[in-house]
Amino acid sequence: MTYTITQISIFAENRPGRLAAIAEALESENINILAFSIAEASGFGVIRALVDDPERAFKKLSSLGYVVSTTEVIGIKMHDRPGGLREISRMLGDAGINIEYAYAYTGRPNAVLIIRVDHVDEAINAILSKGGQLIQRTELA
Amino acid sequence: MKYLDPRIEEMPRTEIEALQFKLLKTLVYRLYSFSDFYRSRMKEHNVHPDDIRSLDDIVKLPFMYKKDLRDNYPDGMFIGGQEDLVRYHVSSGTTGKPTVVGYTHRDLENWAISVARGLTSIGLGRRDVLQVSYGYGLFTGGLGLHYGAERMGATVVPASVGNTERQIELIQDLRVTAIACTPSYMLHLSEVAEKMGVSFERDTRLRTAVLGAEPWSEKMRARIEGSTGIKAYDIYGTSELSGPLFTECSEQNGIHIWGDLAYVEVIDPETGERLGPGEKGELVITMLQKEALPMMRYRIGDITSFEDSVCGCGRSHVRISRIQGRVDDMLIIRGINVFPSQIEHALMSVPELGEHFQIVVDRKGALDTMLVRVELKSAQLFSDKLDDLIRLKNKVAHQLRNNLNVAVDVELVSPETLTRFEGKAKRVIDRRVL
Repeated sequence: MTYTITQISIFAENRPGRLAAIAEALESENINILAFSIAEASGFGVIRALVDDPERAFKKLSSLGYVVSTTEVIGIKMHDRPGGLREISRMLGDAGINIEYAYAYTGRPNAVLIIRVDHVDEAINAILSKGGQLIQRTELA
Repeated sequence: MKYLDPRIEEMPRTEIEALQFKLLKTLVYRLYSFSDFYRSRMKEHNVHPDDIRSLDDIVKLPFMYKKDLRDNYPDGMFIGGQEDLVRYHVSSGTTGKPTVVGYTHRDLENWAISVARGLTSIGLGRRDVLQVSYGYGLFTGGLGLHYGAERMGATVVPASVGNTERQIELIQDLRVTAIACTPSYMLHLSEVAEKMGVSFERDTRLRTAVLGAEPWSEKMRARIEGSTGIKAYDIYGTSELSGPLFTECSEQNGIHIWGDLAYVEVIDPETGERLGPGEKGELVITMLQKEALPMMRYRIGDITSFEDSVCGCGRSHVRISRIQGRVDDMLIIRGINVFPSQIEHALMSVPELGEHFQIVVDRKGALDTMLVRVELKSAQLFSDKLDDLIRLKNKVAHQLRNNLNVAVDVELVSPETLTRFEGKAKRVIDRRVL
């Protein structure tokens, strides 16, 4: 079973219309965005997204000249109720897993916390051994 | 004291020209005998020192360019050995290679005399305290004004650049009467002074400013003089000629070029033909007495015109107008010469960057700012981490700072987002209103 999920990251300078252009490119390929976040630094940002077909998204955006990369992340299922995030983040803390960045969505089938960590395999083992549930790659497609 | 050297400064034009001819002859023979560069350049142009039979024959001599200095980096155009030199100055070059200027003892002496005559002509003297707020170091501004003012007998405060509040305290405490700096720094000083509650007119003795090393205008002069009560004078020079050399006099009507030190021509930059008084063109200067790094018919790239009538101050030497622009794309940022080609050179050494960039020059408050927008290379390995991008941005800024000697803001942009040009790229957006 594959517990890592491929996220695409796109470099974008802060300028009106950049996000729309990226979204439009994905739409034209009929690619669905499941979750996304924008990390911002002075003057530019990185758009990170989980999509149903990361490979095609990568190809499309690269062909349009965007600076794109793919990164393996983990999606942890959370209870969609008060305390859901606490349970998961406590588990990560106890396992000594440092989160580089994270974002979340609630919806089908669960609330999900998406995290990027330094040591992916160690993190997966630690979460599973503590009874945590991870999204599988196949669930997104 | 009206003149530093009345014999020279009031010399009738015919006598100046006779002196210039004598000096030119000596220069040309010296270059032909001792400089491989000038000898071969003269041979290429089929001209021999014997062909120079009058001052007007100077037009037979070949031009030289900044490129020649670059091609002969660092000291291929020097005459004599290192043992004859007492100083170097270094200025930034067009493609990463700087320009090195060497000075003999006599070169420094002539430089100081030229500046001292200029400062005298605007009414300064032994009773003045001159704060030199140009950078000291490899840049010629600081030391040039410093030795010129000392030569005249003024008291120098070698403040250099930066630490503006301290500079204003020094102006008050040391009863500074004159300052030398860039026009934009003068504006900055007056803004900071105002914030500190200091009025130059009421609280200081500062009444004279000698401003140069970057382009400015009559409008800016009016603004400085109006808001500070300080008389502002233009000073001109470039490092290749020695440094800041020539100033306006109290008449504020053109910059006096001392004829015993320099011969002025203004040419049509397209044809190389000489232009007459009042006609706008490219300045060409021959330094008549420079020893270590002679300059014969040097095309500086500055646009001006000359005036050869006797000045209202009584001085007989040719005057040039305020510099009105450049024949090339050189920018002057906070007194430092910057060529877009240098920026390109620095950017191309960073593998993560693409080929397209844009330079935006602006003036925030009184200080020049330069922003370089550069595209990332497409389809590159990019780590997805903001930290890495910030590190890249800092690396680019550092690279530019090292190459240009000027702080630069950097903006990373996506590939294919900057405007493309057919033919010559218009990479510079200059929003400064001078």
